[in-house]
Amino acid sequence: MSTSAAASVPVRATASNDPNEGEQRDVSVVSADVLPGGALAVQEQDAAELGPRARLWPSLVAVYRAQLSRARVARIPLLFVATFQSVGIMILMRGVVDGGGEARAVVAGSAVLVVAFVALNLLAQYFGQLRASGGLDHYATLPVPPAAVVLGAAGAYASFTVPGTVVTAVFGCLLFGLPMTHLWVLAAVIPLAGAALAGLGAALGLLAPRPEFATLLGQLGMSAALLLGVLPAERMPEAVRLVRDLLPSTYGVEAFARTFGESPDWAFVLGDLAVCAGVGVISLAVATWAYRRAAVR
Amino acid sequence: MCAVRGLTKTYPAQRGRRGVPATPEVRATDDVTLDIRRGEIFGLLGPNGAGKSTLVRQLTGLMRPDRGSVEILGHDVVRHPERAARILAYLGQESSALDELTVSLAAETTGRLRGLEVRRARAERDAVLDELGLTALAARPIKKLSGGQRRLACFAAALVGERPLLVLDEPTTGMDPVARRAVWAAVDRRRAERGTTVLLVTHNVIEAETVLDRVAVLDRGRVIACDTPSGLKEKVAGEVRVDLVWRERAPLHVPEVAALRDRVVESGRRWTLRLAPEEARAVVATVTGGAAFAALDDFTLATPSLEDVYLALGGAARQGLVRA
Repeated sequence: MSTSAAASVPVRATASNDPNEGEQRDVSVVSADVLPGGALAVQEQDAAELGPRARLWPSLVAVYRAQLSRARVARIPLLFVATFQSVGIMILMRGVVDGGGEARAVVAGSAVLVVAFVALNLLAQYFGQLRASGGLDHYATLPVPPAAVVLGAAGAYASFTVPGTVVTAVFGCLLFGLPMTHLWVLAAVIPLAGAALAGLGAALGLLAPRPEFATLLGQLGMSAALLLGVLPAERMPEAVRLVRDLLPSTYGVEAFARTFGESPDWAFVLGDLAVCAGVGVISLAVATWAYRRAAVR
Repeated sequence: MCAVRGLTKTYPAQRGRRGVPATPEVRATDDVTLDIRRGEIFGLLGPNGAGKSTLVRQLTGLMRPDRGSVEILGHDVVRHPERAARILAYLGQESSALDELTVSLAAETTGRLRGLEVRRARAERDAVLDELGLTALAARPIKKLSGGQRRLACFAAALVGERPLLVLDEPTTGMDPVARRAVWAAVDRRRAERGTTVLLVTHNVIEAETVLDRVAVLDRGRVIACDTPSGLKEKVAGEVRVDLVWRERAPLHVPEVAALRDRVVESGRRWTLRLAPEEARAVVATVTGGAAFAALDDFTLATPSLEDVYLALGGAARQGLVRA
């Protein structure tokens, strides 16, 4: 576009001081030779052609790929810490829990905890720090749709949880002697719980007024997922159970836990996953709105 | 190509909290009016806190002004801030969005987010990295580079997906001379071939004098002067700058030295004076002979720089501009 832009921009030293100039130009474009003294009056031409806008899918893929590549540099925090934590919790719980429903809850809870740690906690921290340090300016001065930035980052963080969740689930099944027949359901649990928790994490990170709050909120969310997801629900008091029902990770845990049964009730599994999907859509929409708000101050 | 009229932005007063003192209302930009012409390198010069970055953030659509208008290539950026991203490329002071990417991926991704399709983004990435001498570092994460190399990598990302206006906020901070030359050569090439315009933010006086076509001097949110660097220096052409560095302290028992006391800017052992040429000769004669010479460590005599212009125009900050 350089040549056309070059041709269409007159070099003019007589810029008017009228602040309404821009508005007028939108309304009336009068050719220079119609004006009195037209030979002298230099008519500013139409606004220059704008550069292309980045479309949603290509830019989403570009952001996703770039975010995914960060795992090469920050491998330990992004991929390993959460797995160690969950495996450790299961080994601890092995001494208390023998099997049956409680064992299923512990394994499913620990597996989904990996998702909560990375997608909720780490993503909230990432966006909180990016916002505070001015890193969002980079994206805000590129013609990229806000949804591409949020979904690309959320998708990458959800992807970071895949190895950890699978390792935790397999290790848990071996440790507690659970069947691995239906572990394939993780292919639905990880993206849907990932969407819900990453959306929540992104929204918290972008809405928190200071990065410390983003970190705190992410930690609290992850602690809630830990306490309310891993511990068997039957032993909880009524009030705590209510809070448990409000947490989106719970539905991921329930869906996964149900599939360890002899003959899982797939309708309930689907219902739980639908809740995750719904929360995911809403929280990602909120996060996109929050990004837009954070980008222009 | 870029017209700024009456741009004003006020940060509201902050109430004090525990450990944080209250701050009064601050006018970050105060009725700023500027015209940037096509194909020129236009500079914003001022000490830290003068409002340069706030002004640039309003020009790039990152911040809404309270009042005033910004028009770039015929587009009203205040009313349509999202258009700024399609007209200009911005190199901010922060690189945290790119830090954990490799040099190559940072440039390619930025190009793709400027709307280039994959093949084009890769071709431009390779060309820009080659042009800036970054090819050998292409596979290294930006975070692991030195400060100057990191800055150069971010500059490379700003160049992929060409724009008619480059807004560069202190682009050469921390760079060695080779990297600086690469930056200015790349800027010059784009200007010669495509008529690219550059808006440069700097607090480096030497850089301002050597690369800028015109410069606006900012102080406390106001434009206190706007001209070519040599045009500005003519305002203080009748003056010479004398720097005296004393061994321990100034020999105030020498009457000629004591007489200068209320005209100097004192900073530790250093005295800076702005004098008419004949006065300067007399001062130099005094301090290089007789009793004062024993106390003198070093002295320099120099023609005025943009820093002197800034101070002569009433710039508030005594320190804050850099000569490097």
